[in-house]
Amino acid sequence: MSASLSRAINVLKKVIDAPIASYLNSCVHCGLCAEACLFYTETHDPKYTPIHKLEPLRRLYRQEYTLIGRLLKAIGLAKPITDAELEEWKELVYNSCTMCGRCSLVCPVGNDIVYMVRRLREGMAIAGHAPQGMITVTKRAIETGSPMGIKLPALKFQLSQIKAETGIEIPLDQEGAEYMLLLSSMEVINFPEFITAVAKIMRQAGKTWTLCSEAFEATNSGIQIGVSEIAEEIVSRIVDGAEKLRVKTVISPECGHAFTALRWEGPNLIGRPYRFKVRHILEVLDEFREQGILKTSGPEDARMTFHDPCQIVRMGGVIEPQRRLMQMVAKDFVEMPDSGKYNWCCGGGGGVSANEDAKELQLIAFQRKKEQLEAVKAERLVTACANCRIVLEEGMERYRMDVPLVGLTELIADHLVEANNVGGTG
Amino acid sequence: MNEFQLLAFARGIGFQIAVAIFLMGMMLRLTEIYSLGRKPNLAEPRLVSGASGWHTLYRRFAPPPGMLQTAYITYIGGYVFHIGFMMVFLLFAQHIKMIQELTGLSWPPLPAPIIDFITVVTLVAMLVVLVDRVRAPVKRFLSGFGDYLAWTITFLPVLTGYLAVKHLFLSYTTLLALHIVSVEIFLVLLPFTKIAHTATVWPSRWFNGNTNGRKGVPV
Amino acid sequence: MANHGVELLDQLASQGVSRRSFLKYCAALASLMALPPAAGRAFAKALVSAPRPSVIWLSFQECTGCTESLTRSHAPTLEGLLFNSISLDYHHTLQAAAGADAESARQEAVQKNWGKFLLVVDGSVPMKDGGVYSTIAGVSNYDLLMETAKGAAAVIAVGTCAAFGGLPGARPNPTGSVSISSLVHDKPVINLSGCPPIPAVMTGVLAQYLAFGTLPELDSLGRPKAFYADTIHDRCYRRPFYDQGKFAKTFDDEGARQGWCLFELGCKGPVTHNACATTKWNDSTSFPIESGHGCLGCSEPGFWDAGSFYRALSQSANPLQHAKGALVAGAVVGGAMAVTNRGFKMMAAHVHAPSNVADLEK
Repeated sequence: MSASLSRAINVLKKVIDAPIASYLNSCVHCGLCAEACLFYTETHDPKYTPIHKLEPLRRLYRQEYTLIGRLLKAIGLAKPITDAELEEWKELVYNSCTMCGRCSLVCPVGNDIVYMVRRLREGMAIAGHAPQGMITVTKRAIETGSPMGIKLPALKFQLSQIKAETGIEIPLDQEGAEYMLLLSSMEVINFPEFITAVAKIMRQAGKTWTLCSEAFEATNSGIQIGVSEIAEEIVSRIVDGAEKLRVKTVISPECGHAFTALRWEGPNLIGRPYRFKVRHILEVLDEFREQGILKTSGPEDARMTFHDPCQIVRMGGVIEPQRRLMQMVAKDFVEMPDSGKYNWCCGGGGGVSANEDAKELQLIAFQRKKEQLEAVKAERLVTACANCRIVLEEGMERYRMDVPLVGLTELIADHLVEANNVGGTG
Repeated sequence: MNEFQLLAFARGIGFQIAVAIFLMGMMLRLTEIYSLGRKPNLAEPRLVSGASGWHTLYRRFAPPPGMLQTAYITYIGGYVFHIGFMMVFLLFAQHIKMIQELTGLSWPPLPAPIIDFITVVTLVAMLVVLVDRVRAPVKRFLSGFGDYLAWTITFLPVLTGYLAVKHLFLSYTTLLALHIVSVEIFLVLLPFTKIAHTATVWPSRWFNGNTNGRKGVPV
Repeated sequence: MANHGVELLDQLASQGVSRRSFLKYCAALASLMALPPAAGRAFAKALVSAPRPSVIWLSFQECTGCTESLTRSHAPTLEGLLFNSISLDYHHTLQAAAGADAESARQEAVQKNWGKFLLVVDGSVPMKDGGVYSTIAGVSNYDLLMETAKGAAAVIAVGTCAAFGGLPGARPNPTGSVSISSLVHDKPVINLSGCPPIPAVMTGVLAQYLAFGTLPELDSLGRPKAFYADTIHDRCYRRPFYDQGKFAKTFDDEGARQGWCLFELGCKGPVTHNACATTKWNDSTSFPIESGHGCLGCSEPGFWDAGSFYRALSQSANPLQHAKGALVAGAVVGGAMAVTNRGFKMMAAHVHAPSNVADLEK
């Protein structure tokens, strides 16, 4: 057994817990999870059945943690896990899984399949069986602080650009601010409008906020590739920054996995609860709306629909705020079929969009989203995840669809009622 | 061994052994599964009504939107076979007598003709799900020896029970003995095959509902 | 021979049995055995005219219940009288002779009728410790049986003890009792099981042998199909209640008073092959179920060991006998698994070196 394989088996033995054991014993091979997975529905290839992606984990569990499995192993009747097998499973565990969690929602026996994929990735990554694209991104995140290699000077440059264009000063490293905003690299480079939008909204709401120069990056490729230590390091940067600035709430930007990584995995990675709250930007906007400090005008007539990012909705628990916010700005807001927690993934989550080997599969899987979009015939598509945005744009380009796409925060900011005292409290 | 001796064995020492292996197996399996434990979740929970492990326990009985149409054989076949199996097991007079002996609990039975009908429907549903398992690409792909074994040991008690009640093909004594023996095989293998889901499905649903319910997602 | 026929009819007449009722009896016997009506006349003719075949009756480990059933149940019986048409040369319960006289009578009968006599046996044969648990005149049952069977035309094992081992053979079977058919292999053995067997079954078989010189067709347990093909349940007058699901729950509830099915009270009728429900007992008066008690299954092998007479067939005999031990064993093995599993997990966590990005590439 190679050193890396024994490390992989070791780490898998470490992460197998009672829920996983319970799930693996409950599966009755009904095949319903396949119908919930867009990689199966768009290819009809049975190997993409979600539970099948866990085969190495299931076998290891049986061999290590069940009496029958141990006996079979002792007499040489158990098929051992091999490096070659893990390499073969790379396609199933990484390329064809966006960790969207839809399988976990339909399994009749209640198996949380995505929970297990997340754990299996721990072993795969450590044995060197993660896709090269994701390895590159993860290394960059650790070495430069951002998966796209964005460093502080680049951010500062964007902030000065914003100031030059809009006259808005973006606060940086302001101790004691109520909110600390995180960004995804994608937003810094591709969608700086997001930063402006938040600034305008904060100004109208009269809230203090800041960016943190030591921790502005929200994304966490450690979670996606499946290495807890790396994920922990990335989360710790944010925790240190937020606690240093003594902010009350850290805002996760319009990025799906950044939110689940920080909000739901983070405390478990660092082994303690935070001393601050974590909210997704949509949750913050909805709070402002409820408090009456988010005022918008002129709902648009255009037919709009909302793409629910899996990590924010099904995996993150932010389900209703975006609907209430959409109602503020769209007269004709239509839900896609299977919206909300049942939404279909864009096809590029869970690291797939960073994985060159998976590009073709990602675009095939996009047909599911295409079908949904065609069903509602929206004139505008709104979402709240920078990664979904890129993937949706790629998909629509491939299938020659022409639906303008916008982030919800920006859309709200576009409709802000600029009060008389604009900047008065800023 | 003649049929009466087989019956005496099945009702006597055979059943004792089967029950003993079943109880031992379940105790072992449940201990080895749930003693693995899980780490406490340190993330601040989001409390939403309807999102908890307890809700998922019953919510998973219903198919998610659209799934019934997509996989109607799996769902309808599954419902009919599970409900039919449980009804025949729990509402047949002779079975109630046995349960009463074991637990002291009893309830009124369904009339025999209704039980007969349910049994036939259950057998048909089981055959349908078997054919589907062999024909549907995903199920065929996922299925191995364990799946067909589990099907067989579940099917035989229903079949032999029906034949015994109806006095078909073999003498009642032989069929009753075979029926009890098939139940014994079912009991013995239950903890060690996928039929163990009868026990683990509840904690599984609860874990899933709990994990996601903490995030405010009613799964 | 004609003399003998006249003798029998005279005897019958002297006991108040007319020629007509004798013929009716023969017809009834024929119909009971599912033989054509003409067989009844053949019976009658044979019974009054056939030579009296020699019968030797050996009693081993038995309680005399079978003999009682066949000879003394009520008097006068046609069954009893039927014995007049056979020459019962040895029956140590019934004969007057005793000691060496009796034994020499037996030996004489055996030699005189070598190859022609019927051997009737009741009781099982103890095999343990050289068969010392039952001897007659110092001869073990086994030796007596084997010696006598050699000269017999056929062996009729009367009663469940002779047929299947019966009570002496019940667990723990201290004397190592076995059935006749497990010892005698070179002669036809007819099992007339029951505890005791029905008198008409005995006479029916004898009548057939007398009338036609043939032995009846047997089921897989060596019992005449004519009497043992159906179960008690098949012919039970309470069967409609079973089919409707109407069961007496106790021996004194309303269901019991209404004559509902006794299945739940332990009736073994569904698995017991015998003719009780049709021939009945005590001059066709009734049979156990008619008296309100379930069938014990006495004509089936091992019926003593089939659990309580009062447990329904669908109930197991003490299913939880080993439950506690099993749970403890499961907990112990499960506990061992739990400890080792947790140990492996902890070891894995301990061995696991924190990974860094360098580990990601092979």
